[in-house]
Amino acid sequence: MTISPQKLALYAGLLVVSFAAPFVLPNLQVQLGSLWLMVVFALTWDIMGGQMGYNSFGNIFYFGAGMYITAVVQRDLYFDVAEYEATAGTVDMMTSQQYLTGMGLGLGVSAVVCVLFAVILGSAILGLRGHYFAICTLGLGIAAGEIAGGIDYIGAGSGLVTPVFPAELGDKGLFFYFLYFALAVVTFFTIKRVLSGRFGLAINAIRDDEDKAEAMGLHTVRYKTIAWCVAAFFLAIAGGITGNMIGFIDPIDTAFAGATFGVWMVLMAILGGKGTIWGPVIGAILFHIAKEFLWTYLFGLQWVALGVLIIVIVVFFPQGIMGFIRARWPELLGHKVDARITASGKEGTS
Amino acid sequence: MILVEAPIFSVQLLIDGILIGAIFALAAYGMALVWGVMNIINICQGEFVMLGGFIGYTLSQWGMSPFFGIPVAFFILFALGWVIYLVVICRVVDQDLFISILATFGISIFLQQTMNLIWTSDVQTAESGLGTTFLFDNMVTVSQIKLLSFCIALGVGGALVVFMRRSKTGQAIRATAQNARAARIMGIDTNKIYATTYSLNAAICGAAGALVVMTWVVQPFLGLAYTVRSFMIVILAGLGNLVTVVAAGLGLGVAENFAGFLLGAEFQTAFIFSLLVVILVWRSIRLKRSRQVLK
Repeated sequence: MTISPQKLALYAGLLVVSFAAPFVLPNLQVQLGSLWLMVVFALTWDIMGGQMGYNSFGNIFYFGAGMYITAVVQRDLYFDVAEYEATAGTVDMMTSQQYLTGMGLGLGVSAVVCVLFAVILGSAILGLRGHYFAICTLGLGIAAGEIAGGIDYIGAGSGLVTPVFPAELGDKGLFFYFLYFALAVVTFFTIKRVLSGRFGLAINAIRDDEDKAEAMGLHTVRYKTIAWCVAAFFLAIAGGITGNMIGFIDPIDTAFAGATFGVWMVLMAILGGKGTIWGPVIGAILFHIAKEFLWTYLFGLQWVALGVLIIVIVVFFPQGIMGFIRARWPELLGHKVDARITASGKEGTS
Repeated sequence: MILVEAPIFSVQLLIDGILIGAIFALAAYGMALVWGVMNIINICQGEFVMLGGFIGYTLSQWGMSPFFGIPVAFFILFALGWVIYLVVICRVVDQDLFISILATFGISIFLQQTMNLIWTSDVQTAESGLGTTFLFDNMVTVSQIKLLSFCIALGVGGALVVFMRRSKTGQAIRATAQNARAARIMGIDTNKIYATTYSLNAAICGAAGALVVMTWVVQPFLGLAYTVRSFMIVILAGLGNLVTVVAAGLGLGVAENFAGFLLGAEFQTAFIFSLLVVILVWRSIRLKRSRQVLK
């Protein structure tokens, strides 16, 4: 794969900006870190929702499951439950080496387990089509949160405290910023790579007409499951990191947060443009900035404003930013347009 | 098992389930109406119910009988439904189903948060002032308000069926559901019919909510559970058949009561949403089995 100089310059520029950002704006490190988290959310949602036409409200399930699994692995690796609860929250409960091994192992385990979850759940749920799938996944996300809130082993409704970030490892904000950044970059390029081949064509075919795709001999169930596994893999890791950054896992408000992250990931992908690779990234960045402003300047009304924002985006801007650009200036995105079509199209619209 | 040892417990749960199930069926009938006529799955169904409940609650705070809340909620929600239709729904009615799901989801968040601002997130209920009837040597208690609201729910449902069968508007709604284009050709203002249908659904939910606040509790964030219940009932019962809707509603009410008793109250919500997943998967498996394959 050759990369054109313009693209190389774009990537290099983004890299420089991303590396400089936490040092230039040290007070915003956490927000900048969650910006990358949002990018991961939007990208992973878009594999299913945008590229494959399976609009999921339940991807948050893997995020929450990953968060819990990572935290439990970290906890059970060096402590037993009672001892952990006694020392939880103290500063020096773990050495930095313990912390890093626990976290690395936890992220790995959570990613693997969530992929298994995706295979198992996928075999049942991915047979559903259209709105049945959407509502079923909505139920899945909420049920998971409610069930997690009833299991004592993971802290039940009162939540689970994740290990405290050891002071030896330096600046917590920077650490998590770069962790999120690395995750977002890996996610972006993995998805880009995966979608550029046969797999991308296959899931686009499923979006366009699933019955026809099946009739053409595509193993649609296999492709759908793989797509869900990719989403689950990255969401699980994102969940594990987030649990450690926040330091406390509430079953409904942080882990299976369908009302916040679960909805935002859909919105961000739609705002940026469903079914494009850059759309979710742009959508996530814009949405995150807008959200931070809402939370700062409309505090108390922010949720009402969010509801209005959803309606406005969905009703008036369903094609998203990339969709808008593609319709307006197709040449920019490398689409070759027949001059006659452009001419007639312009006549048609004016 | 305590249920087997003391069958009277089961009778209690059964009666409670049936009485509450009628209210679920009422909200579900509204959802089936909107789904069948407009091809929209209304996610803010539960918020309409909660809003109706809060209207009943406010009236009772003002010293009025909460029964008065049923017609008041009906008319206020009818008006609100009309406004929502004009502002949002009319723009998504002929679009992709996912767009309308998300749009109504947005409305649901908006309503839920607005209710949270007005009435706070406390759990509220309205006292109807009716007593309790004891059956079987005082082993089974039936609060009269549950019994009465059961009858009211069935009465409203029956009135709706008559309205749909006999009135001009009802016939126009059914014609639009069958074939919107043909209805338009025959001179029906389908836009207005859509608005009426949506408002009627909101109004039914409002009345159901006014019953909920007297028999149970309302809280701004309990809405989604009602949406999911309605959705399940509609899936089980199909669109537009009141008898099966009522049967499914009563069944769900009973199932939920037993599950809440057996699993504990903290898992009752989990049960509803898990049941949704199970029903949908079961439905898809059943459909897959009936698929014809050429070999």
